Amino acid sequence: MIVLVNGEQTELASGCTVEQALAALEVPAPDRGVAVAVDAEVVPRGQWPAHELNEGARMEILRASQGG
Amino acid sequence: MASTTADTAPDTFTIAGRELRSRLLLGTGGFRSLEAMASAIEASQTELVTVALRRIDAAARGSIVDVLDAAGVALLPNTAGCFTARDAVLTAKLAREAFQTDWVKLEVIGDERTLLPDAPALLEAAEELVDDGFVVLPYTTDDPVLARRLVDVGCAAVMPLGSPIGSGMGLLNPYNLRLIREQCSVPVILDAGVGTASDAALAMELGCDAVLCASAISRAEDPTAMAHAIRLGVQGGRLARCAGRIPRRRFAQASTPDEGRADFGA
Repeated sequence: MIVLVNGEQTELASGCTVEQALAALEVPAPDRGVAVAVDAEVVPRGQWPAHELNEGARMEILRASQGG
Repeated sequence: MASTTADTAPDTFTIAGRELRSRLLLGTGGFRSLEAMASAIEASQTELVTVALRRIDAAARGSIVDVLDAAGVALLPNTAGCFTARDAVLTAKLAREAFQTDWVKLEVIGDERTLLPDAPALLEAAEELVDDGFVVLPYTTDDPVLARRLVDVGCAAVMPLGSPIGSGMGLLNPYNLRLIREQCSVPVILDAGVGTASDAALAMELGCDAVLCASAISRAEDPTAMAHAIRLGVQGGRLARCAGRIPRRRFAQASTPDEGRADFGA
């Protein structure tokens, strides 16, 4: 299925979870400094293993960065 | 640093129950490297620094969180780059997840060229986040009425601008900043516009509780030296505020007494 990951169309396994998507995309997920939103809703870290992505979902993967 | 006399008692201020000894908050944007940032943090002696959230970047080197943890500073996530209340609220919630803090420096920008805050959207987002349990520190204009409204909805501090972000134009409206200080019951933190140490000193002399600096330090030729300078500016301004400056006069008032002057004849 296609999921919009940080604005880019990305092929992911059908029905994969947030946790599986992060693993497939080789995104490092340290304890602090990373957050995920799906369809403009926060997905708390504790729900990453269970939250399944749908076809066409908008997934934003954010990390800590320098900022004023 | 003492508030009125010598270096005896600590001169602290408190935001939402957290006591801070340093009256300089540091923005982490604009540093050429994480090493330069770490060096400036050390020189600034700050205890609270801002961080942002951006899309993951495979090319990014090093972890800013690790560097900040090693520096022993607390994190104040911001919502920089948000142009709507909805985006700012969502970003604040993501930051709460990412950094495990309910503190947020709330920014809702209304204009790309000046990066000035969008007052109605800022107030809307502030109210929603306060209701959701956040400790909200809003980046606001120097409008005393808006500052009062932000306090009314429960903001833990107000952060009026001196001039637009990164402009280095200093404090364009000291009168308004003084009014904000006089009428707000929460800490007032001058945010944005500081260009050099004297701007930070003036903010403190006007009665601000603290100063937040990013570009003035991070984009200085020598960020570490500027961090030191602005730290001293903040301390000097604070001491001067507490010392009670003389009133301004239109004409001179001799400091040497007239009495006992020599008379050399005509």
